[in-house]
Amino acid sequence: METKIPTRMGDGFMVEMTRSELRADIENATSEAARKANVPVLTAGEQEHLLDIYASRTAFSAVDIGDQVVLSCDGGGSKMTGNDLQDLLESEQRLGQDILELWHIEYSYKAIKTILPFQQQLMQNAQLMLTAPIQYGAQPNLAFYSKPDGPAENWFELLPRGDIAGARAALDEAMDYATKDFIHVGEGMLEAGADGMDFDTTGGAGDADFLSTLRAVKHLRAKYPEAGVEVGMAGEFVIGVHGELEWEGRRLAGLWPREQLEVCQDAGVTIFGPAVNIRTGKSCCWNTAYALTLIKPCMDVARIPVHPNVGEGVVGVPVNGYPPEDAASRAARACVDILRCDGL
Amino acid sequence: MDVTHALAAGMGGIRTAGDLVARMQMTRGMRLKQAKEYVAGKLGCTVRDLSDSYAMEQIRGEKGLGRILDHSNLHPGEPNAMTAKFRIAELLGISINSVERFKEMAGI
Repeated sequence: METKIPTRMGDGFMVEMTRSELRADIENATSEAARKANVPVLTAGEQEHLLDIYASRTAFSAVDIGDQVVLSCDGGGSKMTGNDLQDLLESEQRLGQDILELWHIEYSYKAIKTILPFQQQLMQNAQLMLTAPIQYGAQPNLAFYSKPDGPAENWFELLPRGDIAGARAALDEAMDYATKDFIHVGEGMLEAGADGMDFDTTGGAGDADFLSTLRAVKHLRAKYPEAGVEVGMAGEFVIGVHGELEWEGRRLAGLWPREQLEVCQDAGVTIFGPAVNIRTGKSCCWNTAYALTLIKPCMDVARIPVHPNVGEGVVGVPVNGYPPEDAASRAARACVDILRCDGL
Repeated sequence: MDVTHALAAGMGGIRTAGDLVARMQMTRGMRLKQAKEYVAGKLGCTVRDLSDSYAMEQIRGEKGLGRILDHSNLHPGEPNAMTAKFRIAELLGISINSVERFKEMAGI
């Protein structure tokens, strides 16, 4: 009888599986991802290495010495102290983060616009006190520009009524407001000394969310050619809420990670963060195999660094307020070992 | 989770050369291998040294690039924070935004 190995489900719950069961999960996951995105499955060697990482009873897993990668930390700083400067100092001095991020708990560009001078002052002060690069981060969150939160009509109400033209007009209006806000905040933070901007969870509201961000990225990178611009995605597949939006002739709806990367690097992004959302009913082993299969094609076409998102609930990290370290460390190691990614 | 990733796969920030490699990714869009080789060349060390906290603590001290401050490891009189970033910009041959802002505001 095969030995049972403690492992995790996508919600963090600990279960026991045999090596054969874990192998079957990897085979099923990579096949499903390959079929959906029309990409190759992981090679036999990659699947075997992934199995070795997960069919282990160790409490923690790590990359080989010398293989360490750059950590860009969206939401860096824990907000434990209630003081942004202290949090950033802790992140630099105690956590050893490579790229720090100043952020506000109201993590949307629309909201940040109203408190921009406060965030600029914090950035200026933080830059005097820290050595590591500090970027400023927030989310595009295009839905905040629709009623009742914003000025545009609510496309999620118009679409079920069949008013597709009205919904697209509302999205067009929202995108104009959004891009202006992203640029306003981006310029403000870069003028205050930020080393870069982070557009976190991009595409969360679909293709229009993505396009409004790309427009801002192009503007900021052209105006500040030395600034870093990181775009982290919301999911593995850009949802076509509008459906007809394009970036330089390429339709945004339906893009998978490799095509998302190509669009981003053409727009001027300097760090790309693919995201693959976790399936809570599947094992973390299944989720990691699925995510790596979708992200791996990025590595062949990337001209810029690729930092897969390994935050809570993405790419093999359980969706749990306290992602267990055995699962999170396995996800990180698998990304580095198998993707040879540039960071996380 | 931050600690987990830092220990499992992170370069180590200013404990090592993580911040320096990160700057080349951010500002130049360099892939990891290229960024590591670039920084190692500028520091005159091996690529493996870049994520070795023992090696980098000494190299950062020698070059004044800023080090972790701890009760048993203090470096008064040595560059850190903004002053270290002046040296990092010069070493890497890049423009650091906050350094340039500092110069403007200080009238340097």
